[in-house]
Amino acid sequence: MATITKATLAPAAVAAAPVLRLAGIHQVYGEGEAAVHALRGIDLDVAAGDYVAIMGPSGSGKSTLMNLLGCLDIASSGTYELAGHDVRSLTENELARVRNQEIGFVFQSFNLVPRMTALANVELPLIYGGAKRAERRDRALEALDMVGLANRADHQPQQLSGGQQQRVAIARALVTSPTLVLADEPTGNLDSESTEEILSILDSLASAGRTIVIITHEENVADRAHRVLTISDGLLTGDRTGKAVKGRVK
Amino acid sequence: MSFFEILRSAMRGVTANKLRSVLTLLGVMIGVGSVILLLAVGNGSAQTVQNAITTLGTNTLTVRSNTGGGGGGGGTTATAASTSSVKTITTKVSDQLADAGLGHVKAVVPQVSTSLTISSTTTSSDSVSVIGTTAGYFDVSTAKVASGSAFTAADVTTSAKVAVIGSTLATTLYPTGSALGKSVSVDGTPFTVVGILATQSAAGFTDPNTVLVAPITRIQKSYTGYGAVSTLTVEAKSSEAVTAAQGEVTVMLNQLLGVTDTSDEPFTVTNQSSLLATAAASATSFTVLLGAVAAISLLVGGIGVTNVMLVTVTERTREIGIRKALGATRGAILGQFLAEAATLTLLGGVLGVIAALIGARFEINGTQPVVLGYSIPLALGVSVAIGVFFGVYPAGRAAAMRPIQALRAI
Ligand SMILES: Nc1ncnc2c1ncn2[C@@H]1O[C@H](COP(=O)(O)OP(=O)(O)OP(=O)(O)O)[C@@H](O)[C@H]1O
Ligand SMILES: [Mg+2]
Repeated sequence: MATITKATLAPAAVAAAPVLRLAGIHQVYGEGEAAVHALRGIDLDVAAGDYVAIMGPSGSGKSTLMNLLGCLDIASSGTYELAGHDVRSLTENELARVRNQEIGFVFQSFNLVPRMTALANVELPLIYGGAKRAERRDRALEALDMVGLANRADHQPQQLSGGQQQRVAIARALVTSPTLVLADEPTGNLDSESTEEILSILDSLASAGRTIVIITHEENVADRAHRVLTISDGLLTGDRTGKAVKGRVK
Repeated sequence: MSFFEILRSAMRGVTANKLRSVLTLLGVMIGVGSVILLLAVGNGSAQTVQNAITTLGTNTLTVRSNTGGGGGGGGTTATAASTSSVKTITTKVSDQLADAGLGHVKAVVPQVSTSLTISSTTTSSDSVSVIGTTAGYFDVSTAKVASGSAFTAADVTTSAKVAVIGSTLATTLYPTGSALGKSVSVDGTPFTVVGILATQSAAGFTDPNTVLVAPITRIQKSYTGYGAVSTLTVEAKSSEAVTAAQGEVTVMLNQLLGVTDTSDEPFTVTNQSSLLATAAASATSFTVLLGAVAAISLLVGGIGVTNVMLVTVTERTREIGIRKALGATRGAILGQFLAEAATLTLLGGVLGVIAALIGARFEINGTQPVVLGYSIPLALGVSVAIGVFFGVYPAGRAAAMRPIQALRAI
């Protein structure tokens, strides 16, 4: 059985070996005349512990790529290896386990469960991970505290502002301490102060050795990454070292 | 995910959307409740009929003339008597039968019946069933005297103008105070009320409490004439002797009436067990009819539940997508929806059972419903099965999708 454990994804065990490897990835939506080629041949390696920002115009295929990385969708063609395992070869339940244990996903549109409190939303991944009730509560509150929403734990999504919902979604993605954090415009709805808070959380995750991929439209957000990819019209068109690294090196 | 966790998330799902949950509960409740109650009404009416027949006594036989004797009016009886007087059962035949010394027969009670207007000084009642009979009537029939006393054999001999009346008739004629000892006018002739009958439950289409019972001699003298009696009630010495008594009575009546061709007897002798069989058959068909109505209401309730469940799952496909994205397995999602649907339908079903049991305590249209034991698991089982299937099947389809498909479903 192809199992992916925390150890195999952890930077120490894999060293500089790529944790994400994409080869010839195509994604086509619809058929015939109406077919949309969202991705048109993506080759990409992401090393363990890297902090990658993806930029590109609207509709260029960023979210499409992110959904593939998060094992939420399957590519029309091409191979995607996650920690050395071809995703296609994983069974349904193995995929569920990977999503639960290894990946923290922040959606562009939050995707909180309506009519469930912020706390209950953040607890969800822990429930599926089999954590005990008391431990779940503690960890969920901790995660909410980290995004500055401990005092909103009992509020339901519809009672929260867009930015607050975004932060609940981030807390939910981080609560399982995943080794791979995927965030689709996590600061899109936040003011500069909240943005700074989120970015410093990501910075600390990065320095703790987690692998991070983030989509953004904002240069100042991309500046914090170690590597900045540009995508346009379904193709990778740019790959440069992030300012943060350059600054540190010089 | 543990069983307890699944239950907890199911309960959260149930309480999250209260309107939906209440609608589902109501659908199941009405379906289950109506099935149990309708079957109980059918069963109850069947039992009422059977009880009424059983209390008539299983040791009595009923003899009816085939030639007009069964009819009501005096006119008919008179014609029948004049055209075929030899072959009708008259009070004379009845007396001869009683005196024949039949080994298994204890008593013979003749009855004539007609329908007359009865009035007190203040009110009157049309078309009251009037029975002329002997004193033995009160021993062999279900009519029992509650207050006052029955008329006596001497009253019959002297054609006394005395009457025992039903409880409803008594209150109709004398709304205030007791009718006992008062005078009632039967088509103009005054009778003294000597007794009032105990209230009886209705077994057939006529009200047994609107009746006047008087000595047969008086009724024949004043109203029906001396033709055929409408029925003879023959009491056997014991319930085991009924069949033997039936044979004796048939042979003796043929002899008394001079019947030679026994394939064409001018009378019919029935015993209670054959009546019971007929009544049971009609009660069964009534229950089957009600059962069909109940099945339809269960179906309608089921469609309601199905509808709510389908709408729910479509609405919640996005939620299923989110849960899958966070690492829920297909089994965990199926478990949650199964537990939700089962909780809702079981709760609704149990409420339906309780409602039906409460409803069955009240008389419905004169019938006391009697709950059939098997109807409870049947109704519960069917509605829970429908609810669970339509709650889980579409959820299973959503759970089989890739997370992103489910997320984009709406
Ligand atoms: N389910 C779908 N069916 C059909 N076409 C789709 C679907 N999802 C995305 N697309 C198309 O694929 C292309 C890429 O979409 P994607 O969501 O990846 O863009 P994006 O780069 O994330 O844009 P944005 O910055 O606005 O979020 C777009 O042209 C979009 O219309
Ligand atoms: Mg996008």
